[in-house]
Amino acid sequence: MKPIALLKAAAFAAALIPAAALAYRFYRFFYAQDLNALTANPGDYITDQTGTWALAMLVITLTVTPLRRLTKWNELVKLRRMLGLFSFFYATLHMLTWVVFVNYFDVRAMIADVGKKPYIFVGMGTFLILLSLAVTSNRFALRKLGRRWQKLHRLVYVAAIGGVIHFWWLVKADITLPRRWAVAVALLLGFRIWWAWRSKPGPARPRPVRPHQLAP
Amino acid sequence: MLIRKAPDVRSSEITPKNVYLRRREFLQASAAALVAAGYGSLAGPADAQVRTKLKGPIKKSPLSTLGPNDKINQYAHVTTYNNFYEFGTAKDEPAVNARNFKTTPWTLEVEGEVAKPAKYQLEDFIKPFALEERIYRMRCVEAWSMVIPWVGIPLKDVVDKVQPTGKAQYIEFVTLYDVGRMPMQRSTVLDWPYIEGLRLDEAKHPLALLAVGIYDEVLPGQNGAPMRLVVPWKYGFKGGKSIVKMRFVEKQPKNTWQVMAAHEYGFFANVNPNVDHPRWSQARERRLPDFLPTTKTQMFNGYDQVASLYSGMDLRKNY
Repeated sequence: MKPIALLKAAAFAAALIPAAALAYRFYRFFYAQDLNALTANPGDYITDQTGTWALAMLVITLTVTPLRRLTKWNELVKLRRMLGLFSFFYATLHMLTWVVFVNYFDVRAMIADVGKKPYIFVGMGTFLILLSLAVTSNRFALRKLGRRWQKLHRLVYVAAIGGVIHFWWLVKADITLPRRWAVAVALLLGFRIWWAWRSKPGPARPRPVRPHQLAP
Repeated sequence: MLIRKAPDVRSSEITPKNVYLRRREFLQASAAALVAAGYGSLAGPADAQVRTKLKGPIKKSPLSTLGPNDKINQYAHVTTYNNFYEFGTAKDEPAVNARNFKTTPWTLEVEGEVAKPAKYQLEDFIKPFALEERIYRMRCVEAWSMVIPWVGIPLKDVVDKVQPTGKAQYIEFVTLYDVGRMPMQRSTVLDWPYIEGLRLDEAKHPLALLAVGIYDEVLPGQNGAPMRLVVPWKYGFKGGKSIVKMRFVEKQPKNTWQVMAAHEYGFFANVNPNVDHPRWSQARERRLPDFLPTTKTQMFNGYDQVASLYSGMDLRKNY
């Protein structure tokens, strides 16, 4: 097994840990009758966890390119799609908690929610971006969209900012956690700006590696 | 499976010792995986809190409300899921950080527009009153609710005892400000000390309670020891905890959450399914530990007997 394949397998397993932990708590709650396994408020707990991990996976996805640039290990890009899809996976669960635990399948309440609550509006927008990136993450879409693919997938930066704003606006008073994510996203986007600025004047600018160029 | 209801709890199952022990097993079994995944702490303290039975007889009050859908929540949930920012902003933090909160001695000050302004030792202050058990629904502004067996003294009796002057229109409840004992007060997350208030006629309503216990036991730190306000027809944040001062005043006090965000939290904060909060729809609520908001929120949290206090008032404006 090549090192990158090994790393990818390990990252896949690690990215599943939060979901596995949640599943285990479900099991404890329903079958082992441990009513504390999901805290006193299971709906809120699951919403918080899935939301946190959607944002975490997005931030981890955004670290791939800076790491690749700094280490010059270009194969790292092979992790990027998988990590991005994990962010979409947790974001989907998170969105479903809003449908079920918050609005109880009430479509009218959901529409009102999106219209009335700025943090829901931004959260929904962020989810739709992730959705559009996820459905165009396959090779077919990549070929079909050509140069527009990259443009579309730059929306991931908007999604990261949207995720932080969503978190920031939903906390009641204590902004400690959203501020941490804001710093992380700012650093990761700042790196890209710095890198673009640094490599602008010289003619020896490295060509960006596209996933399809690395495909076996 | 998501939409299955939470398993029912019989009151015989609220034995906290078992719960703590089981939680520990669970913690040990899953600690490594959870820590790796960034799960710092589970709800609840690692060492069981000291629990003390309240002294003296406790009268069962006819004002207790247990509707057909009301079931008393288990002790572990009531004491590990708390909004008490002085001890941390996450729901599970107060149970940990208030574990060794010392409440003796405790001075209660009654001041302002009263016949006899005075400082009392809390024990002496409470002694003349008979303790009552009051089982109330507690509705949080965050759209969840619990059913809690409080023990306390009617606020009305206290007000009558201290004899407000004709000028007194409101009571301002000031809570403890002591950075050494309440660690989160080092931060500026709220404007300390936490202030709450009631109109005098609200305070004199028979339902309003000064609680000193739950489940026939001394009130734990995370629930507002040694004495807190319980106003069951209002959102939970109206119930100021760890009260040190009752100030009888002419003008409406500014309560802390109103100071923080006036467009979100008002002075009255009556439970009202028709007036949404900017963050939470108030039409439904989750009766914890239910997953789903299947409970329809009732006007005044179902305590219709308070409606006359607000006749002629626009409760949309006075949220």
